[in-house]
Amino acid sequence: MSEKKTSAWSPSSRELERRALRRKLSRKQAIIAAVSSILVLGTLTIILITSPGWEVVKATFFDIQYGKEVFPTVVKGLWINLQLTFFGGLAIGIIAMGLALLRTTKSPALTPFRFLATAYVDIFRGAPLILIILLVGFGVPALRLQGISSNVIVLGTIAVVLTYSAYVAEVIRSGILSIHPSQRAAARSLGLTSGQTMRYVVLPQALRRVVPPLLNDFVSLLKDTGLVSILGVTDAVRAAQINASRTFNYTPYVVAAILFLLITIPMTRYTDRAIRQRTQAQNSEGAI
Amino acid sequence: MANVLELQSVRKAFGSEVVLNNLSLQVPEHTATVLIGASGSGKSTLLRCINLLETIDDGQILLDGLEITDPAIKVDDVRRRLGMVFQSFNLFPHKTVLENITLAPVKVQNKSVEEARDIAKKLLSRFDLADKADQYPDRLSGGQQQRVAIIRSLAVNPRLLLLDEITSALDPVLVNEVLSIVRDLKHDGMTMVLATHEMGFATQVADEVCFLESGNILERGSAEQVLKNPSNPKTQEFLKRVHQAGRL
Repeated sequence: MSEKKTSAWSPSSRELERRALRRKLSRKQAIIAAVSSILVLGTLTIILITSPGWEVVKATFFDIQYGKEVFPTVVKGLWINLQLTFFGGLAIGIIAMGLALLRTTKSPALTPFRFLATAYVDIFRGAPLILIILLVGFGVPALRLQGISSNVIVLGTIAVVLTYSAYVAEVIRSGILSIHPSQRAAARSLGLTSGQTMRYVVLPQALRRVVPPLLNDFVSLLKDTGLVSILGVTDAVRAAQINASRTFNYTPYVVAAILFLLITIPMTRYTDRAIRQRTQAQNSEGAI
Repeated sequence: MANVLELQSVRKAFGSEVVLNNLSLQVPEHTATVLIGASGSGKSTLLRCINLLETIDDGQILLDGLEITDPAIKVDDVRRRLGMVFQSFNLFPHKTVLENITLAPVKVQNKSVEEARDIAKKLLSRFDLADKADQYPDRLSGGQQQRVAIIRSLAVNPRLLLLDEITSALDPVLVNEVLSIVRDLKHDGMTMVLATHEMGFATQVADEVCFLESGNILERGSAEQVLKNPSNPKTQEFLKRVHQAGRL
């Protein structure tokens, strides 16, 4: 590292000129940004409130009084979405990790499981979530198997877990495959077994790399838990629907949307920051 | 002196391209064998075959008299006795210098974390890297990274060290700090096989220099003999080109 000069330094006149110019330029840019924002947002607002149906929309979608009234029931429904996301997320993480490891292993004993894992991923990644929810929600109870719950919350969670574990497995697998083979070669030449190589060298780097797409999936998961409402689960979406169809005022939908946003926006902001911080701390290509 | 490593008529092909052709080599204990030759002459493949990162198509490789190319042998047990250093360092970016070095001693040799750390710290201070123990590899210069990679492979006490063009990815100023470690190891009596383009360095450490061309050793002998008075016209041609490139 170069030695720092302790002698007093004052900027040259040229440097002062440059700074003044930079300040001027950034002031100019700020003004442009402000003007353009006002123009665009202002135009959108004017289009919205001058539209012929605005008064009706305002009354049926943005009724603040009614919004306050339905708020507690929608929040109660949202609690179900959160629980579903949490427990579903745990199950998804475990199953997806197993699927990803199975699909990347070369162990001959696991060959049939590798095929099954591939089939599983193909099926549940390819079919619409709403169909899986309907099939599990109405199909499984029809089997009348002993010990299988017919609780719609449980069935809905199972359906979401089936689909999302396939998505997440593919994300983790792509992370595993993105680790350069030289890392594996280095680990194996140190005498680590293939399992140890996966656990201590490949997976930690792979998971770090897939944190951003995984968090996207986590946010999507929270939103998609709203789909279990079609089974009759009284989640936030269903609670809003019940209220809306009772009064023909759609404000509960807006309330539900705002509540979802209140959770998902900080979540994405937080994860962006966490990723950036770790990238700076480690400055490793593994965190990109 | 017993041979640590012996290659008997080794053949390796990738598809129709024969990379190693009927190649034989003996590496006695405490000696350094230097492989020279143009890129694509099979130097790296030879080292990767010894380390069982590639399977050979014919012939035998013996480590301390035991055939390691026997499919029944446990690959991990063989690799435990070999150290390998790569051209591109291949440090684990998510682990600190100390963690890079202690991983194999702890997980492969079942040493306690304290013991592994002691060994690692001793090696780090021996090679002037003690202050880098808790850094991540990306914060180090190329020369420092490669020195850490060498220490990492030394920490498991290898019987034989394989060095694959370990200075090729470094700028000329950093080459010497890496090569001086290898000189120290040679002085300690470490048995080594190394592929290099640094002819001056080869002269200093090599007990035997082998010139590889199209998967075969065309000329072998002492550094003096092969590098100063090559008898094979192809060796002469190769060395002339190296000389023109300013590497001799």
